[in-house]
Amino acid sequence: MRESKGHHGRSAPDDAETRPLVTYDTQPEKYAHWRLTFDGPVATLILNIDEDRGIRPGYKLKLNSYDLGVDIELHDALQRIRFEHPEVRSVVLTSARARIFCSGANIFMLGLSSHAWKVNFCKFTNETRNGMEDASAHSGLRFIAACNGTTAGGGYELALACDEIVLIDDRASAVSLPEVPLLGVLPGTGGLTRITDKRRVRRDLADIFCTTAEGVRGARAKEWRLVDEVVKPQQFAAHIRQRALELAAASDRPQAAKGIALTPLARRIDAAGYHYDCVDVVIDREARQATITVSAPREAPPQSLAEITALGADWWPLKMARELDDAILMLRTNDLEIGVWLLKTRGSAAAVRAADASLAEHSADWFVREVTGMLRRTLARLDVSSRSLVALIEPHSCFAGTLLELALAADRCYMLLGPVGEPGTVARISLSEMNFGAYPLVNRLSRIEARFCGEAGAIALARGAVGRMLDAGEALRLGLITAAPDELDWDGEIRVMLEERASLSPDALTGMEANLRFAGAETMESRIFGRLSTWQNWIFIRPNAVGDTGALKLYGSGNKARFNWERV
Amino acid sequence: MNIDTSGKIPNNVDLAGDRALQRALEHWQPGFLGWWGEMGPEGSPAHEIYLRTAVSVERDGWAHFDFVRMPDYRWGIFLAPATPGRVIHFGEHKGEPAWQEVPGEYRSMLRRIIVTQGDTEPASVEQQRRLGLTCPSLYDLRNLFQVNVEEGRHLWAMVYLLHRHFGRDGREEAEALLERRSGNQDNPRLLGAFNEATPDWLSFFMFTFFTDRDGKFQLSALAESGFDPLARTTRFMLTEEAHHMFVGITGVGRILQRTAEVMAQQKTDDPARLRTLGVIDLPTMQRYLNFHFSVTLDLFGSDNSSNAATYYTTGLKGRFEEGGIDDDHQLKDRAYPVIDVEGGIIVEREVPALKALNENLRDDYIKDTVAGVERWNRVLQKAGVDFRLGVPHKAFNRRIGSFAGVRVSPEGRVVSEAEWQANVRSWLPSLEDRAFVQSLMGRVTEPGKFANWIAPPERGINGKPVDFEYVRFN
Repeated sequence: MRESKGHHGRSAPDDAETRPLVTYDTQPEKYAHWRLTFDGPVATLILNIDEDRGIRPGYKLKLNSYDLGVDIELHDALQRIRFEHPEVRSVVLTSARARIFCSGANIFMLGLSSHAWKVNFCKFTNETRNGMEDASAHSGLRFIAACNGTTAGGGYELALACDEIVLIDDRASAVSLPEVPLLGVLPGTGGLTRITDKRRVRRDLADIFCTTAEGVRGARAKEWRLVDEVVKPQQFAAHIRQRALELAAASDRPQAAKGIALTPLARRIDAAGYHYDCVDVVIDREARQATITVSAPREAPPQSLAEITALGADWWPLKMARELDDAILMLRTNDLEIGVWLLKTRGSAAAVRAADASLAEHSADWFVREVTGMLRRTLARLDVSSRSLVALIEPHSCFAGTLLELALAADRCYMLLGPVGEPGTVARISLSEMNFGAYPLVNRLSRIEARFCGEAGAIALARGAVGRMLDAGEALRLGLITAAPDELDWDGEIRVMLEERASLSPDALTGMEANLRFAGAETMESRIFGRLSTWQNWIFIRPNAVGDTGALKLYGSGNKARFNWERV
Repeated sequence: MNIDTSGKIPNNVDLAGDRALQRALEHWQPGFLGWWGEMGPEGSPAHEIYLRTAVSVERDGWAHFDFVRMPDYRWGIFLAPATPGRVIHFGEHKGEPAWQEVPGEYRSMLRRIIVTQGDTEPASVEQQRRLGLTCPSLYDLRNLFQVNVEEGRHLWAMVYLLHRHFGRDGREEAEALLERRSGNQDNPRLLGAFNEATPDWLSFFMFTFFTDRDGKFQLSALAESGFDPLARTTRFMLTEEAHHMFVGITGVGRILQRTAEVMAQQKTDDPARLRTLGVIDLPTMQRYLNFHFSVTLDLFGSDNSSNAATYYTTGLKGRFEEGGIDDDHQLKDRAYPVIDVEGGIIVEREVPALKALNENLRDDYIKDTVAGVERWNRVLQKAGVDFRLGVPHKAFNRRIGSFAGVRVSPEGRVVSEAEWQANVRSWLPSLEDRAFVQSLMGRVTEPGKFANWIAPPERGINGKPVDFEYVRFN
């Protein structure tokens, strides 16, 4: 029996049976590495990493280098700014250290970590940085990286996720991506992608930049578009303040709204799994599968904005999204061998549709907009999870509108055909307008668009079905589900399908699923995840990085890496 | 349509209590009857035939004799009785309890094994569908129909597994078994030998001796399976397969006996002379034997097969009489001798035993076949004829495996294309041979009468006399 620590962190030896769970929920009073301050419309996130408080033992977080624990706090801080501080319109990221902003992910931590840990860590940090860009695009929050010192590797990648990068011009501080020349790996948090796709740095200059360990500073950094401005130390604080206010001025966040407190999640952990109010996770370790059941609101949710705001974190769409998000993170980090997630829903589809109606009706309200964003990011987290997703649609389920997105996110979706149990009770699904654009994947397509590979006819037919209760036959005709076994076939089909899935190579499945989930054109975000799961995963396990004479392995030892020079 | 589960489909699989199976059969049974009407024995629906029907797996239940019209035949579903506590006794899963349900991991492999086996059953009915028009006796006609209905029952046995254990995929595969057609270029049966014509009764007897014997070995290997329903199904099928081989061994034996009688009467062994006397000369018999033996060897598959290795390692298909073999039943470090051609001669070399399982089963088959051919030679010996039949070398006339494309004589000598062409008429049936055999095919339907080229059997069926009216034409 494993136990949870109230605060995130893990300290026991690296043994799956005894090590404590990693949890992702925290709160500002517990932060060890960040300080969050507010001044009118400007929030400031100050990085001051406590080198002795790594999330796992065995390394020190020197030079403002981070690990998962640092990023869990950053993620929490961003959530607090979004929900608890509607008055905030721009966010400054900076460091409390002299001459160092952030030196990126801790190399000794990477050297000690299993491959799975590194990949999970990179995925989460990517999601958090994508979340900053998502907030900039949708929430009226602008981000400034106030790089008051060395900005290296993951530190520069954090800056790249901001709208604006300001580098101190102290003749010493540089921005850099030294992964290739120093470590023999690649930047793992979107750096390579953002310098071209977002910053539009010319590729030959980017090539020089990415192979120069000391990086680029001063005027050249600006000239190459690696930063937006370089500012002398004397003017630095005033410049940041001024830019923060200017960016804040363009925001549509409300001036006088009251924040919504993100109360602690009601989560119970036991041998069977993770249990929340609207989300329940039951793990079958022998079958290597988890059943995630999302429940509809117990009663019809309120319709008026005042009631919704009064409910705050207890409003079902937010509560469900936070719980589901936490469950995904828990499973991804703590249950590596649980390769198949069964997605189920339970409860009143009418109540889910009522919640969807509120999300649509009040979409202009800042809080409702944030809740929609939370749902969007949670569903996107599901999309990039390296687990087989199988939706099971049965009677008494409520795959309607927003919850139908779970089925649309799944690699396969099975729906029970025909009546079972009480007469007249059949499984049904329904579409709402929320299925047509509110929750894009990282490739910016709705799951319906991605599902039908952009085929207009199929999408139009689905749209025509909005609001109708669809039985399995109709859902199959519309292409919304994979198969519709009837009650005679259901148990056998599902059992055999799951056993078959569980027997396949987990690596091959991860690659295959990621390929098939994101049909259509690439976006910057899809490129980031795509590169992470192919190039980075491959380079990270090659002997040239992690072999006895590999660069990542030898970093800091004084020894020179010896490579196998064959190009692959 | 409602299935009369109790009477019409005898079974020991609780068909009456299995709704999923009933539902599947409701769709499939009319399709099967339609297929039987279209592709089953030609002109036979009204015949009343003295047939054996399995009505249970008990000692007295599997051979119930009565007159029946074939469309009314009660094709049943039988599994040999379960062995309590049966464990998988070979491969990676050795020692684990035998699977009662399909393990999802092996679903597609098992489905392929079952479909491949299942496909041969209707195929042979299709191959033999016109033979009834040229039967040499009522006794033989009845045996042909007995073989046909039992091939039909074996199709049912495989379809049962597909219906019971493979859900919708299984139902679709079961439909497809009724849709393929032997010899149809666009829609052929799965295995080569089952697309060859069975144009005459000599071919039929050779087929039941050689090719149904392949069936025996395949079924025996499947009877070892860790998937218990497959093991039990095939074990019961083997009891019926024995009859098919009986038809083959006695059929060929009676032809040999008749030829030997005429040779003795006329004091000649001249094939041309014997042909004018209306019997099949012994060199022609040898050529037919060569053909059916070599074509059947191909059915065992490639001599170096990773599929066979996988089937074994995963516990899906064992070796012939696996339980009686004294080794580790995992074969990880074992070797097995196979033959190959090197520098123009046939050489033997050792390969990993796991990858040589097809060859292993083929060798077991050859041993069994040689024993059968010796029984034929005793017929010749008794009749005072010096000629002896023999099986050709296993590299002769092969199209699958390392000897595909290599010309090898029946004695096992690698020969040039020119030498092959110069001799092929004395090694394999020529068009003239086939035309001659065809010319003998008349239709004899008077009880107790037999065509001139075949001797009567020693005894009749189920204690009935040889001149019993085994088939009543209506």
